[in-house]
Amino acid sequence: MVPLSYYLVLSGILFACGVTGFLIKRNIITIFMSIELMLNGVNLSFVAFAAHWHALSGQIFVFFVMVVAAAEAAVGLAIIIAVYRTRETLNVDHVNLLKL
Amino acid sequence: MLHLTLFLIFGAICVAGAVNLLVQRHPINAALSLVAVMASLAVEYLLLGAEFVAAVQVIVYAGAIMVLFVFVIMLLNAGEEARTGGSRVAILFGIPGMLAGSLLGAWVLITHSGTQEVPAGALPGPPREIANLLFHDFLLPFEVTSVLVLIAIMGAVVLAARPESVEQQKREG
Repeated sequence: MVPLSYYLVLSGILFACGVTGFLIKRNIITIFMSIELMLNGVNLSFVAFAAHWHALSGQIFVFFVMVVAAAEAAVGLAIIIAVYRTRETLNVDHVNLLKL
Repeated sequence: MLHLTLFLIFGAICVAGAVNLLVQRHPINAALSLVAVMASLAVEYLLLGAEFVAAVQVIVYAGAIMVLFVFVIMLLNAGEEARTGGSRVAILFGIPGMLAGSLLGAWVLITHSGTQEVPAGALPGPPREIANLLFHDFLLPFEVTSVLVLIAIMGAVVLAARPESVEQQKREG
């Protein structure tokens, strides 16, 4: 038996690590991975609440979050490839102008 | 008791992987620690009795999405992250801000959310019932997601295509 708040604290820690990575990382791929980490933290709290209230729809929402994350990863990585082709760098500090 | 022990072990692996993602400077190492986070999260889902979500987590997240990440890292030949002025400012403000925010959040959760417990395997979530929900109550969102995935596939192909090949297609078509 694990208290619900333990699951929520774990998911909060994962989300906070994702936010920190988003803030301190300069490599665009690692920033993208931090976003995935945040999504995982949210998924954990969805499943924990679903188990707590015996409601299966929480798991359905996790399924939809995963599908959206997969679509977002495909498009985002394609954008990263396009950025790398035009700028020849992955550092976000060097990608700060809209115009080349 | 066993349940709590397993939760703590895999939760620790999870947090260690997440912190390792922040510490590592090579993207490949960060990607592999993210795989560790996702695999241990799948075990947490199993502890909650959500077998379907655990299976999808391993197949879609730890499998498909991370393979995509590793593939792109190798394709772009990404090396070690360079330190810049912006990253120093970000570390200076990012880490204290995250620590303050997460401590506040954890304090609020632990003091205000009570201690109702989630029993092991609490959720009657066999794939059959999930499929029932997915294809009856959530049929419209499910179909809309399929359109979303289709659009994402087309967008990825268009964005990642080489510019010269797109121009060539325009000339031909």
